[in-house]
Amino acid sequence: MDFTVALAQIKPKLGCVADNLELVESAVEKGIKERAGVVIFPELALTGYFLKDLVPEVALSIDSPEIARLLALSRYISIAVGFVEVTADYRFYNAALYLEEGEIRHRHRKVYLPTYGLFDEQRYMARGLRLRSFDTRFGRMGILICEDMWHLSASYILAIDGATTIICLSSSPGRGIMDEEDLGSTSAWQKLNATTAMFLNSRVLYCNRVGYEDGVNFWGGSEAVGPNGEVIARANILDEDFVLAEIEEGALRRERIFSPLMRDESISITLRELQRIENERGRLCRSLR
Amino acid sequence: MSELKVNTRLLRKILVGFIREEVRKVGLNQTVLGLSGGIDSALVAALAAEALGPENVHACIMPYRSSNPESEAHARLLAGELGIDLKLIEITPMVDAYFNIFPDADNMRRGNKMARERMTILYDHSAAYPALVLGTSNKTELLLGYGTLYGDMASALNPIGDIYKSQVWQLSEEMRVPRVIIDKKPSADLWAGQTDEQELGFTYREVDDLLYHLVDLRYSRGELAHHGFAPEFIDLIYAKVQNSHFKRRLPIIAKVSQRTIDRDFRYSRDWGK
Repeated sequence: MDFTVALAQIKPKLGCVADNLELVESAVEKGIKERAGVVIFPELALTGYFLKDLVPEVALSIDSPEIARLLALSRYISIAVGFVEVTADYRFYNAALYLEEGEIRHRHRKVYLPTYGLFDEQRYMARGLRLRSFDTRFGRMGILICEDMWHLSASYILAIDGATTIICLSSSPGRGIMDEEDLGSTSAWQKLNATTAMFLNSRVLYCNRVGYEDGVNFWGGSEAVGPNGEVIARANILDEDFVLAEIEEGALRRERIFSPLMRDESISITLRELQRIENERGRLCRSLR
Repeated sequence: MSELKVNTRLLRKILVGFIREEVRKVGLNQTVLGLSGGIDSALVAALAAEALGPENVHACIMPYRSSNPESEAHARLLAGELGIDLKLIEITPMVDAYFNIFPDADNMRRGNKMARERMTILYDHSAAYPALVLGTSNKTELLLGYGTLYGDMASALNPIGDIYKSQVWQLSEEMRVPRVIIDKKPSADLWAGQTDEQELGFTYREVDDLLYHLVDLRYSRGELAHHGFAPEFIDLIYAKVQNSHFKRRLPIIAKVSQRTIDRDFRYSRDWGK
């Protein structure tokens, strides 16, 4: 079905859950007023990004009052939001929730925690172990968090699992100034989003944050990309924004007729070859022991 | 050089945003910086004036008696064009009072003392206004260690510490820094006629090109040589970067407890901001 998505390109405050919850709630209200069907927030929207030792202090359990407040709002609009999740056995995850009709429809825990360059996520957080698509009132979707999207297998699995919309929550630091129109990180992400959409005949709804943390900027540029890789709507670069994009069911139908890549994809060949590779690696490891 | 060319419009937006947000985050709206009459501080002043409005940028020119009078003239020209206030504070009495006790001190000690004298003045003004001290060291100087620790390297925020001197020139054109400041030879102005490039023994454009390939692109020594850099130049610059690394770090702390500051007690500076 056709629906309107709102991309809430906010500027969270580092380590201030109460302030960020207010920021999120006011963007949710705006989404409701604008009659959007779903509102998407960035990765770690409730906490900020470079948390380091703050991770345990800002973490929320899934049944916390903060999540309950957003759940109540999800009766009026579906919400995808990023936060730090703490479990009963005290693991901390970089997580995202999809809330709809007062229920948690899906929880994704970031699988690929970057720990290179300026990133240090796996030092502080536990790795998610699942990639699953889920049903929503707007069709089947999958959620990825930032670095997850750079692993082809992650979006591939979601699409094979039936997702026709990939939601990506991001806190992407701006870097790579060159003699080009955009930062290196901006043009890399735009290529990635468009290519992922095209390869998987799926929509990509990408929400990135803005603001600065310790001198690092987050470049924004949230965008909705259609299943043919064309940008439907794009938010400001480097400034706060709230962008509405009309998602048209017909565009998905037409793209899947023109270019039935997902229909023709062979799970069995992929699985067989991956199994062979794993077996060979296993043999190699055993012979090296 | 072509690889060091940047989109100055975008760079300007990022750095202006950086100053505006990082100053306001700590509950302030004003900045203070030292103007030397040179291009680095001129650029930072221009960025700050755009970020916060010229009325919120306070500049100090702090000459010593051997400083080139042209430096003060250039600082005044810039402050006038930007509409920021400029205070003249002579450091000669303080510096001379000290070296009367140590008359045999060499140029390096004198230069360092002057840089640190200026730092204490800026930090005093930081408390007086109140305003955050803006740093004016560029990436080239920081990597080469061509600055005084706790002197000109001291600041609360440094907008230009990740851009090379060659990029400082480009951005200064975009920000319309007065032509005479862009075109003059870079100098620490420690003694008459001194220029950075003469003292360093190479040009900024040469060293920026090497540093960009070495640091930003992580070229190996072999790749750098293949790219056309002389092996002795590579060795010289590598040694400068290595030997000055202490200047780019906080003092090291002897670890004895479970959680030691900056080792396993890790928070961003913008914690709660």
